Amino acid sequence: MSKFKKKSQSSQDIPTAALPDIIFMLLFFFMVTTVLRETEVKVEQKIPRAEQLVKLEKKKLVTYLYVGKPKDKSMGTESLIQANDAFIGIDGIINWINQEKSNLNEAERDQITVSMKVDNETKMGIIVDIQTELRDANARKIMYATPQKSEDN
Amino acid sequence: MARSKNKGSQEVNAGSMADIAFLLLIFFLVTTQIATNKGLTLLLPPKNEDDEPLEIKQNQKNVFKIQINSADRLLVEDEPMEDVGMIRDMVYDFVLNFGNPSSTKKGSDNVSDQDVYNTLPASMKSYISRNLGSDESSDGPGAAIVSLKADRGSSYEIFIQILDELNAAYNRIYGERVGLTDEEFRKLNRNDPKEKELYDRARSGIPKAISIAEPSSQGG
Repeated sequence: MSKFKKKSQSSQDIPTAALPDIIFMLLFFFMVTTVLRETEVKVEQKIPRAEQLVKLEKKKLVTYLYVGKPKDKSMGTESLIQANDAFIGIDGIINWINQEKSNLNEAERDQITVSMKVDNETKMGIIVDIQTELRDANARKIMYATPQKSEDN
Repeated sequence: MARSKNKGSQEVNAGSMADIAFLLLIFFLVTTQIATNKGLTLLLPPKNEDDEPLEIKQNQKNVFKIQINSADRLLVEDEPMEDVGMIRDMVYDFVLNFGNPSSTKKGSDNVSDQDVYNTLPASMKSYISRNLGSDESSDGPGAAIVSLKADRGSSYEIFIQILDELNAAYNRIYGERVGLTDEEFRKLNRNDPKEKELYDRARSGIPKAISIAEPSSQGG
């Protein structure tokens, strides 16, 4: 009996002093790995899923293009193209690409990759038009951004 | 006198620190989104001066035709098709047909179709000699082109599904060639010289020739 009593005299508290450190570590991990969205997307984005995804190597060379129906109903239901913060027309793409290219090093300009986030219900017509313009602007690397298809469906 | 005070606990009460950190953590968890830089890549053909489509110069048997109409129905090699999943195997067989492999070296890798055949593992060779090699299909991987033609009114969703299937077929070919599954091949890190070598070896002589044809403007 006396043996048991002796033990119970030591402190029963779990030391929690290290807990904030652990939580802070988690916090820093999330702060470093996540990127705040720099542009507000003004078009609907329900992106179809695909299986055979490839990860892009150089994030610096990627520019984003959003295509879909505008969220603002007063702008109609036709699919629109959003680059950075503004809507652009089909003929504005070449200008926009040249602008994006001027932000890069000279050697990297032809390596520019356009990542397209396109809504499910978009018609192919506008996609092909964009492709033709990108080809003319000599931005030949494109990517259709899609989330991973889950295994069960 | 002052010393007697020091006998009490000298530690700052750190118990609530965890709560504060949790609050911050949850805030960042909710407000941020992990940037997804994943998707289906595609390399557009260079801008050609004359407007003549490239396919016309190609022998018809070297072109695998997929057409989508405005109602998202498929026409694959002039046959209507319901199941998108079948395209994967058809393209796999089409690219590896080796009906009439040329020995002329071409492309940036300077590899001929026959060189490609010789580098394939034995399992693929036996599959090709048993099931493929027909005169009706492609001459060899160097000449094979997959043409995807979508109507202006067809949906993006079906386009992605088909592009996914095409990529699956090619990744399976590349993967099997170097003894990997298609998933392992996709995850190869091209910044690592060892894996880059594997990647280049898998791709040499088999170009991923996916052509997105100009759509017809009429609904079909």
